[in-house]
Amino acid sequence: MRDTPILNVSRRGVLGGLGAATFVLAVGLPRPGRAQEDEPEFGRDAMPNGWSDDPKVFIAIDADGTVTITCHRSEMGQGVRTSIAMVVADELGADWDRVRVDQAPGEEETYGNQDTDGSRSLRHFFVPMRRAGAAARAMLAQAAADEWGVDVSEVTAGNHEVTHAASGRALGYGELAAAAMELDVPAGDALVLMDPSEFRYIGSSEIGLVDNMDITTGQATYGIDVRRDGMLYAVIARPPVYGGRAARYDDSAALAIDGVEKVVAIDPVDFPTEFAPLGGVAVIARNTYLAIKGRDALEIEWEDGPNATYDSAAYRKTLSEAANAPGGTVIRDEGDVDAALEGAAQTLEAEYYIPHLAQAPMEPPAALVEIRDGRAEAWACTQAPQVTRLRLAERLGLEKEDVTVNVTLLGGGFGRKSKPDFVLEAGILSQAMDGAPVKLTWTREDDINHGYYHTVSVEKMQAGLGEDGAPVAWLHRTAAPTIGSIFAPDPMQKLPFELGMGLLNMPLAIENVRAENPEAAAHVRIGWYRSVSNIPHAFAIQSFVAELAEAAGRDPKDYLLDVIGPAQMVDPRDQGDVWNYGENPDVYPIDTGRMAAVVEAAAQGIEWGREMPQNSGLGIAGHYSFVSYVAVAAEVTVEDGFVSVPRVSIAIDCGPQVNPDRIRSQMEGAVLMGIGQALMSEVTFAKGRAEQDNYDTYLVPRMEDAPKRIDVHLVTSHSGYDQPLGGVGEPGLPPVVPAITNAVFAATGKRIRTLPIGDQLRS
Amino acid sequence: MVNIVVNGTERQFDGDEETPLLWYLRDELGLTGTKYGCGIAACGVCTVHVDGFPTFACVTPVGTLEGAEVTTIEGLSENGDHPVQVAWRDLNVAQCGYCQAGQIMQAAALVDGSETVSDEDIDYAMSGNLCRCGTYTRIRAAIRQAAEAK
Ligand code: FES
Ligand code: FES
Repeated sequence: MRDTPILNVSRRGVLGGLGAATFVLAVGLPRPGRAQEDEPEFGRDAMPNGWSDDPKVFIAIDADGTVTITCHRSEMGQGVRTSIAMVVADELGADWDRVRVDQAPGEEETYGNQDTDGSRSLRHFFVPMRRAGAAARAMLAQAAADEWGVDVSEVTAGNHEVTHAASGRALGYGELAAAAMELDVPAGDALVLMDPSEFRYIGSSEIGLVDNMDITTGQATYGIDVRRDGMLYAVIARPPVYGGRAARYDDSAALAIDGVEKVVAIDPVDFPTEFAPLGGVAVIARNTYLAIKGRDALEIEWEDGPNATYDSAAYRKTLSEAANAPGGTVIRDEGDVDAALEGAAQTLEAEYYIPHLAQAPMEPPAALVEIRDGRAEAWACTQAPQVTRLRLAERLGLEKEDVTVNVTLLGGGFGRKSKPDFVLEAGILSQAMDGAPVKLTWTREDDINHGYYHTVSVEKMQAGLGEDGAPVAWLHRTAAPTIGSIFAPDPMQKLPFELGMGLLNMPLAIENVRAENPEAAAHVRIGWYRSVSNIPHAFAIQSFVAELAEAAGRDPKDYLLDVIGPAQMVDPRDQGDVWNYGENPDVYPIDTGRMAAVVEAAAQGIEWGREMPQNSGLGIAGHYSFVSYVAVAAEVTVEDGFVSVPRVSIAIDCGPQVNPDRIRSQMEGAVLMGIGQALMSEVTFAKGRAEQDNYDTYLVPRMEDAPKRIDVHLVTSHSGYDQPLGGVGEPGLPPVVPAITNAVFAATGKRIRTLPIGDQLRS
Repeated sequence: MVNIVVNGTERQFDGDEETPLLWYLRDELGLTGTKYGCGIAACGVCTVHVDGFPTFACVTPVGTLEGAEVTTIEGLSENGDHPVQVAWRDLNVAQCGYCQAGQIMQAAALVDGSETVSDEDIDYAMSGNLCRCGTYTRIRAAIRQAAEAK
């Protein structure tokens, strides 16, 4: 037993919600023994700083019974603040109406890994959060039993109180919290988790978002909304070409504007750039408008550097040449593809292209930093608070312990906000203003012009079909700049995690399969974008399967099911994928039966096979990513070359469904983002400069582009919660685009191999 | 000097009259419910009501607002109980929520200003309001629900 201080007093003080009467349940659970040194670690064990299931870290109970659950993952629309709270509250036996959610700052040593990416939050923290809730509940029960002098087996904890049926006595959680915190936490196996049949919140679709009231009344605080006394506002003019620099600048006109306080030069960036600011010239002013006005008044002569000639149209040809030349590194090799192609009854080939994309979250990157007494405090819409803290400390010359990163709500993330460059910029500017609070806002132009873009890619496919039309050979060459180029001198080839996104781990019931990865150089910052390399891989593979079906004279859905093959467990390592989304391949093999089931569900949902009016068609695609199975069936109509998508059916099997409503909303969102990628979104470059700069040129779907009907089908192959969880935030996206382009083929007979469709169908 | 009423409170503005209403609301008045998304009337996250009409605050200079009444999301209803706000919560419309203040202000004007609301009315009225998270189908459903509820 030991005295545990109230957690995070200062932070709670800032938020003002909890007073000194807050008691925190004490004593963490011992972490189960880590694997042997030489045994590989997987899943949450393998993440930097691992995980915690310590109730004292995640749960606080106020004397009035208010339960505060700390969410350590960033909320960017996936609903994680609600879902994590549902898990903890359920095991805790808390009354949902008395649960509040607090947001953890970046501090992985305490909370475990906080990188909110890779569709991992529930996958990795479902069990630890259940354990935290269950431990707290057991301690509350014990406290009540001690108070009444009865055996703990005679009491029941639930619905925010502990009761003793024999005597009719009851004590609320608030009344018990102080005593409960004095108790030992039930260790290891002594901790009993709830039987899933008792869940009230987990698996329920009736839970409202914890931030609903704030969001609908304008009270929700995003990174761009943070306010501090005496704050200043900044924007930055960055080099228009990646790796460029301001050779000289004249700031006299900017400084002549009333309300412009200071102009600050930021050092140019070195390669590899990782998360470093791009450099440029910052204007700090009394409000955002004046900062922007001041920036407009700067006269800057840029030196463009090594990427000055980057031209995305020309680069497409370079990628195409690479993808068409044999001899790239062989990354997957089963059977003898060359011989099988030679002997095939018919051969086909096709080349697919996707452009650069910008995540363009509705809230652009924005952060506020202030520095006082040698300590920096940041408020930021970050997906990666820990790396933000580390890099901010380095850049400001401070110790990590002297840097606090508070995580606000994120107005969308999609991978952009995993990179903390914008927070570092705010820190540099605060330092330049002697520590005054400075809010740095990226304008939309900044966001589109200086992004961490989704990679551009050419996927070259070749196949041979037998007499019966079944595929006998499959060759896939993928050429695309790698995300690795921001971390090291350009490796020129995709990293294992990129290849493991739907290329190496695509189950193909084809005897002879080879994949190659020729070299490709990066000329812009390449970064994560929701579902990452799955986007080009799924587009190419699922389009090509449909092309083969057409050549074979078969129904595309039946043919796809044949290519997926009979139900079996495939070990991803057998196909050359050593990554497997970081998960243990024995626990997470590729289950072709689950893949086939979502294809069937999506097809059924769109009433596959029905008679379609002229100019309309159905398309289907399935894809395995983030250890979840998703298929999409889309209906399109093409009129005067304009494509609309009136109806979509999307089916996901992500294992146990913790928050079904948020799974549905993620699938709905994936459909919309996929419609954008299929029809309109693209960033092009000329002379090293992005040619789009705002939502009038970088197009994303609007209300009129949204389907009239999106049916989401939650598929399970397994009832209960003992199957491991799959991802949800990203896996919906990859199959959306090929489902749409396959439907366009069905409607028009025109095969889309270049994204976006844009005006390709207009003549 | 510009006199305007914001959420029922009289205000005098004596700064640069070109200042967009958006930055006056956010930076000077601290009303951060109204968001920035594009600054060029292309996304709608800055939608407020000016004399009852849905207006993009990012392209509305404060100098043009002499005598105007501005309502922001913070002033739409007393307790967050405008039928549109209620429907939004009922259907869990929001994902990240960032666009939703603008969506709600646009939708409230639509619902308050018409007897019935068709799907075509919704597509037309809402086409200036982007949602990158893709909540459009729920927005449609929530507007229909709010229109029936009122
Ligand atoms: S910020 Fe005003 S319309 Fe986009
Ligand atoms: S809910 Fe995220 S932008 Fe609309």
